[in-house]
Amino acid sequence: MPIDASLVGRAFPPTSPVPVTTEAVTAFATAIGGGATDAVPPTFPIVVTFAALQDFLAAEQVELSRIVHGDQRFRYQRPVVVGDELSATLTVTGVRSIGGNDIIATSSEITDATGAVVATATATLVHRGGAA
Amino acid sequence: MTELTPGAALEPLTYEITRADLVAYAVASGDHNPIHQDEEIARAVGLPGVIAHGMYTLALVGRAVAAWTDEAEVIELGAKFVAPVVVPAEGAARVTVAGTVGERNDDGLLALALEITADGTKVLGAPKVLVRA
Repeated sequence: MPIDASLVGRAFPPTSPVPVTTEAVTAFATAIGGGATDAVPPTFPIVVTFAALQDFLAAEQVELSRIVHGDQRFRYQRPVVVGDELSATLTVTGVRSIGGNDIIATSSEITDATGAVVATATATLVHRGGAA
Repeated sequence: MTELTPGAALEPLTYEITRADLVAYAVASGDHNPIHQDEEIARAVGLPGVIAHGMYTLALVGRAVAAWTDEAEVIELGAKFVAPVVVPAEGAARVTVAGTVGERNDDGLLALALEITADGTKVLGAPKVLVRA
């Protein structure tokens, strides 16, 4: 099913807050081959960004296995620290079709418990078309 | 830690990714896309096999940057995922992060010019790294 181009410009509701705990940071850092740590890996905000992407895909009834990550960029206003509570608000910034695939561009604003912007995450998702 | 002089080479760092790492990463990141776990599903959607999360590879860039800069604050980090990192059922995929120190911008932030490869194939395109160092 092609992605509806009229989604461009639409902001989706913010995700539920994701608490940045020592346990969550350690699990993430360990998975990427580091050790137990309180230093938050710079890609850790993908957790809340991915939650926003997943909410969006569920709302649009897109099957996750047909999605490949095309591009991901973070611009940080400050480092994420243990104790933060992060939410992401996703906006669809573009939809185009190339060779049977839909390319979906998104931008997510990641905010802390006070509402201040911690980082901006832009992502491109490739929705692989073809026979299901 | 490497001397962060513009043009200086950064010591290449190689990391291994196993299927078990992908399972742990799926749990830690919340990304349970089956293309990172299940060979049949990955092939069914036209992929060459189980592939690493693009964000796993980008996380390795984050590790390399931390190692080179003594954990400097990262201001910008991103890349295009231009080729999949195929992770075999046995053994591991190997990702190498290499590059040079780039220029300092007007805000005093330092760019790193990186190349990220898996078995000699470029896997990240247009990588951008900006640190306060």
